[in-house]
Amino acid sequence: MSFDATYHDQIYKSVGTRPVRPDGVDKVTGRARYGADFNMPGQLVGRILRSPHAHARIVSIDTARAEALKGVKAVVTAADLPDLSDGDQSHYDLLDNCMARTKAFYDGHAVAAVAAIDAQTARKALKLIEVDYEVLPHVVDVDEAVQPSAPVLHDTIFTGGVEPKPTTPSNVAARAEFGHGDVDAGFEDADFIVERSFKTEQTHQGYIEPHACVASVNPDGTAELWVCTQGHFVYRQKCAELLGMDVSKLRVTSSEIGGGFGGKTHVWMEPVALALSRKAGRPVKLVMSRDEVFRASGPTSATSVDVKIGARQDGRITAASAELRYSCGPYADIWAELGAMTSFACYDLENVNTVGYEVLVNRPKTAAYRAPSAPMAAFAVESAIDELAQKLGIDPVAFRIKNAAREGTRSSYGPVYGPIGIGPTLEAAQTHAHMQAPLGPNQGRGMACGFWFNFGGQTCTDLNVNSDGTVTLAVGTVDVGGARASLSLVAAEELGIPYETVKTVVADTATLGYNDMTDGSRGTFSSSMATISSARNAIEVMRNRAALMWDISIEDVVWEDGQAKAIGSTHDNLAPLSIKEIAEASGKTGGPIAGHSEMVADGAGVSFATHICDVEVDPETGGTKILRYTVIQDAGKAVHPDYVEGQYQGGAAQGIGWALNEEYVYGQDGRLQNPGFLDYRIPVCSDLPMIDTQILEIPNPNHPYGVRGVGETSIVPPLAAIANAVSNAVGVRMTHIPMSPPRILAALDAQPTA
Amino acid sequence: MVEVTLWGSLAALVDGQKQIEVDAKDIRELFRKLAERYPALRGPIENDIAVSVDGVIYRDSWSKELPEDAEIFLMRRLVGG
Repeated sequence: MSFDATYHDQIYKSVGTRPVRPDGVDKVTGRARYGADFNMPGQLVGRILRSPHAHARIVSIDTARAEALKGVKAVVTAADLPDLSDGDQSHYDLLDNCMARTKAFYDGHAVAAVAAIDAQTARKALKLIEVDYEVLPHVVDVDEAVQPSAPVLHDTIFTGGVEPKPTTPSNVAARAEFGHGDVDAGFEDADFIVERSFKTEQTHQGYIEPHACVASVNPDGTAELWVCTQGHFVYRQKCAELLGMDVSKLRVTSSEIGGGFGGKTHVWMEPVALALSRKAGRPVKLVMSRDEVFRASGPTSATSVDVKIGARQDGRITAASAELRYSCGPYADIWAELGAMTSFACYDLENVNTVGYEVLVNRPKTAAYRAPSAPMAAFAVESAIDELAQKLGIDPVAFRIKNAAREGTRSSYGPVYGPIGIGPTLEAAQTHAHMQAPLGPNQGRGMACGFWFNFGGQTCTDLNVNSDGTVTLAVGTVDVGGARASLSLVAAEELGIPYETVKTVVADTATLGYNDMTDGSRGTFSSSMATISSARNAIEVMRNRAALMWDISIEDVVWEDGQAKAIGSTHDNLAPLSIKEIAEASGKTGGPIAGHSEMVADGAGVSFATHICDVEVDPETGGTKILRYTVIQDAGKAVHPDYVEGQYQGGAAQGIGWALNEEYVYGQDGRLQNPGFLDYRIPVCSDLPMIDTQILEIPNPNHPYGVRGVGETSIVPPLAAIANAVSNAVGVRMTHIPMSPPRILAALDAQPTA
Repeated sequence: MVEVTLWGSLAALVDGQKQIEVDAKDIRELFRKLAERYPALRGPIENDIAVSVDGVIYRDSWSKELPEDAEIFLMRRLVGG
């Protein structure tokens, strides 16, 4: 059935309210089942042997002694995961990351795995595996890796996107360029130019729940996987491809998720768990330790960015350029390209040019992290914008408003914008009470803007009307931030029934059609669109059933307030039929009542935010305290405002940690020095003020309720907003994230004395 | 007839052109005709390309109609967190 996704203004009864979350009690009482909470009879304990070297050729692996140990049921290496890539480089890279084939590319790279009857035996078995490494020179720093003298990770990679094609291999996997106009001419026109270089260190998404799964492969080749993931359908697809299985033979069930933020969009050790189970003939449980999570999963890029922006005295930017180098770990990806696309997306620029370089280093494979690549680019650009405003003597908000992108602006990444929300967020910041609050000694205020694309994707929902008139909604997007409550609200709204009568569940891969994963801020956007479609289809069924019950034409039946009503002069004396009455009679009117929807939910629309931050810096210790923080962002329509605010606050909190403390610290040996939460410090409640939020609702024209994605944009501005605040507090431009106490003290010490 | 703009890396696959005119009513027809004219685009069309139509990004909606006066931009298929 065709579905009209066009926005229509309406008065809502359920959408926009704040009911209690359905999963809340289970989560606070410990009943909720996360990845490590699944168990099966006879399950084995899996453990992975990881490289202690940053870069080493694997000369040989001898597993005989481990296999001979009593209690060991299977040992696997790359030999048990055959290369089925058939020329598909991304498939090969994923396989190689799950289990090193010829070289270990980073400290923590998996080289073998065991399944044993208990953890003690598994650990003992790992020690019996003999790996002969030929240790190779390594490089972990993004700027060092691009030097001609740097050790080259792959002798098969030649920089893509440059002409003529290079003849020597390089750690620069690809170059991508964006922009328009003539930046040289634009800089000629400028009265003031700011040109600076910035660095950000590698951070981890910091999800509290480590990767965990239970894999069970049966003798007939069918298999089940219970796993903590952002996308169980995608995990099914990838695991089936990597292991050479039919997709239909692998059933994947997603657990509750204790954070993902992009880090659970890739498979890591799940194919290894399946390979172990296949070999052992028993279920295998594999849970990463925190050390493994840091060393072998998920970090974002470390970056090095050069920015140049020029403006006339009247406050108009004449040209902007940036060169961005992003670390990818050992496998080529598009992280710098995303940084290059997003760098100047907030602004209306006549002349702009950005160039991104994908840099391979001996660090874990880079994974998406909430608006991937945008926060680092925004840090560099928004810092330079702030400095330029100061040079011009213009208020930083007014300067941004003067240069903000608007409808009709050609974006720095290419397309022309339709209606967008950067202007309203800036105007809301300009009039926000936060901007007028007084500041004390050693305190500073900063603000910054951020952009993210948002997208939709393949989505499928089933809405079943039960025999008592209650509703069960099955969705295929993993609930990472309250989506079950939001989608129940949407179903209730569309059907005209109370929220409490709708129960939303995340279905497994065998019981629902394919769904893309929960990423790109798409969960609520996409699944709400499919839910509306499912509900409308169910309403059609119920109108038909009511017509049968009344023995009238379906054209004479309308659906209002959760009831079928007969219309027309000959029928309007009929008492309405409630959803409960229609459901109770369903067995005699044609059987179960359901509405289904399968769609590509595109048209998400781009997203903008503006953040304001006050800090106080202790000049003796270099410690920074966040005093006040405000997030202003367009949600299109906030389905459940508590969760929208939660996304805004969560993004800001992660950004604060990234800005002030979090970083991967590598030793000279290329090994990670701080793979734990004691030495890698994420913010805790006592570090943060209550983060204030302001939801703007500028409807998305491509969603029936005007919904936009809200999950990612909130992490884009914080690095820059906090850097601007700290710079204003200490009087020194901060150019290196995180602005940890030693780094702030070093910046202060480097200042010439008066 | 619609005018399609290509992002930098793609231009190398279509003889360095940044703009191409294609007679296509929707994304499916656009992709089919581009693949016929420029076989090097077949792989990227399958895996790497999204289409921006008047600033709104479409990743998989190949039935999306392309109005003649629309601003059509082929861009990198995005990933998110």
